[in-house]
Amino acid sequence: MARLTLKNIGKSFGETEVLTDISLDVEDGEFLSLVGQSGCGKSTLLRIIAGLEAPSRGEILLDGQAVTELAPKQRNIAMVFQDYALYPHMSVAENMAMPLLMSRLPMHARLPLVRHVAPAARHAKPGIVAQVETVAKQLRIDHLLARRPGQLSGGQRQRVALGRALVRNPGLFLMDEPLSNLDAKLRVEVRREISELHASSGLTFVYVTHDQTEAMTMSDRVALMQGGEVLQVAAPNTLYGAPVSVDVARFIGAPQINILPVQSRPDGLYLGDTFLHMKIACEVSDLQIGVRPEALSVRGGSGLAPQPLHSGAIILPFQKYMIEDLGPEILIHGCFEAEPEIEIRIRAQKSTDYGHARQLAASKRLSVAIDPTQLMVFNAQGLRLELPALMTRNMSEVAL
Amino acid sequence: MSLITKKRAQARLAYMLVLPAVLLIFGIYVLPIITVFGISFTDYSLVSNYFEFIGLGNYRQMLTDEAFGNALRNTLIYAGLFLPSSFFISLFLAIAIQERKQFRSILEVLYFLPVTSTLAAMALVWAALMDSNQGVINLWAGAIGLGPFNWLGSETMVLLSMALISLWSVIGFNMVLFLAGLTAIPANLYEAAAIDGADHPVDKFFRVTWPMLGPTSMFVAVTSSITAFKLFDTVAILTQGGPNRSSEVFLYLTFLEGFEYFNMGYSAALSLVFLGIIFLFALVQALFVDRNVQY
Repeated sequence: MARLTLKNIGKSFGETEVLTDISLDVEDGEFLSLVGQSGCGKSTLLRIIAGLEAPSRGEILLDGQAVTELAPKQRNIAMVFQDYALYPHMSVAENMAMPLLMSRLPMHARLPLVRHVAPAARHAKPGIVAQVETVAKQLRIDHLLARRPGQLSGGQRQRVALGRALVRNPGLFLMDEPLSNLDAKLRVEVRREISELHASSGLTFVYVTHDQTEAMTMSDRVALMQGGEVLQVAAPNTLYGAPVSVDVARFIGAPQINILPVQSRPDGLYLGDTFLHMKIACEVSDLQIGVRPEALSVRGGSGLAPQPLHSGAIILPFQKYMIEDLGPEILIHGCFEAEPEIEIRIRAQKSTDYGHARQLAASKRLSVAIDPTQLMVFNAQGLRLELPALMTRNMSEVAL
Repeated sequence: MSLITKKRAQARLAYMLVLPAVLLIFGIYVLPIITVFGISFTDYSLVSNYFEFIGLGNYRQMLTDEAFGNALRNTLIYAGLFLPSSFFISLFLAIAIQERKQFRSILEVLYFLPVTSTLAAMALVWAALMDSNQGVINLWAGAIGLGPFNWLGSETMVLLSMALISLWSVIGFNMVLFLAGLTAIPANLYEAAAIDGADHPVDKFFRVTWPMLGPTSMFVAVTSSITAFKLFDTVAILTQGGPNRSSEVFLYLTFLEGFEYFNMGYSAALSLVFLGIIFLFALVQALFVDRNVQY
């Protein structure tokens, strides 16, 4: 059980600034994910929390106690590495016993040869063996205890790494992309197991990943990082539905959100020269609007589930490039006909008679309906504005 | 062309291509070994055209030959001095150098330099340094109140001096081997060890470094053992087995018997015993390095 607080953490390697002024609070028992593209500093931040790397600035508190200067072993943390970092020359049991040996035995009882005869080692052994077995049972690897890591599958190694971390009863559990070396099917399985582990152990988890699905499905809160800064810390739903900036909106959600640069003129919004029949109460003239692919609906192609047209939607013609069939739904990639040529992605549900989709495949020109209630408005700098978009006319007048 | 004839043509080409190498290996290694094997059962001497087959006579002679026992003992003493120190000093240097950020490559080059020199020439330099009257080493030792030592002239010291010279020439090589082994240890094992609480240098060494260096250590130990048994040039140049045969090692005895005393038959038998010892080491390496130390 631990509450983690990061205060203005900064890290520079020489001239290069990797982390700038990061402050975070992780509640006791919370599952927080650090998400971002590679090179955003998320792994460095995790290593700083672990104590493997010293921050250039700032403070780390665990349960209110400053641990910035402490060695990793003094921090009551455990860490699972991306490639597990199991000791290849030790059996699974020895791997898992390692943290216990180190904390329970005095130095002389850990030396080679001496450790076989030292009384301290003999006294501590039954307790260590029992604890390793308990954790191994819990993770269902108790039948593998005598094997070496080299004889295990990826998923089993993953569990051993979890076991080695769990056995020491840490307050804070750190994970560095632990699923990235597993195949897709196993990943889903282990994802669920880690979630269950979090629920049953009640430990505080800090989880680094570049995979937004992992972050969204497992976390209580997600911290989205970019260029060494935390852009937003929020629950997965908030991150998706109410991103603070264009960068957040772009990162979260696959396929990517559609971002349209628009101009706010006295009479309403313009996309290039196309009047959008919408108005935003805003002084600023240059804006960006974001629409999630599922908030767009296609007109003029059969094979798609009929969507009731919102009373105030605007319809724009576009050129279709490509369709991707995902099974239950399809992705349509295209580009607006009018200037500027903006690429758009539409996510549409298939209808039951998708057989007619040939027509959809054949038709180059389609129209897309944008529902103004689903728009997000950003300023030119990319910050989201809490402004509703209003239709300037009603639907019947707008439909082209 | 049918598939079978094409395959045959390919096979023939393959054999043709390996033929030169096979011939060379046969001519340079296999044939001499067989010849030496044959000679070792005769009393062939360089100074006489007449020789006859004497069976295991040469080998029987070894058991009673005082010179053979002396050479074997000297070689073992020398190996006992040379092996552990060449192993542990180079391991220590490798670890010390690897943890340095600055000067690492300079130090590597400096320690490796002796390996690139000609030992026969360097032996003469060492003879000058180790001279009991005017040698620099004794001068320095005297400055701190030690010595003087009779490095090359004393029966008790001469094997130690030989070991020191060999150490100087081989440490850089072993160190580079160890450095390669150290570099191959994944950094995240040390990080995992730090989190597990094994961050003390002693723990790091015994829990991670030493076990992970297993294959390298085995290789260094075996190659060093072979080097130890091959001691010849420094002895031949500096002491010629003296004083009083106290530096007469195995290979030097073989040389003496063959080319000084012209007992080719006996010398051939000694060579074969030498080959057997080297083969034993190679076998150990093949068995342990390739199988047991693999993860």
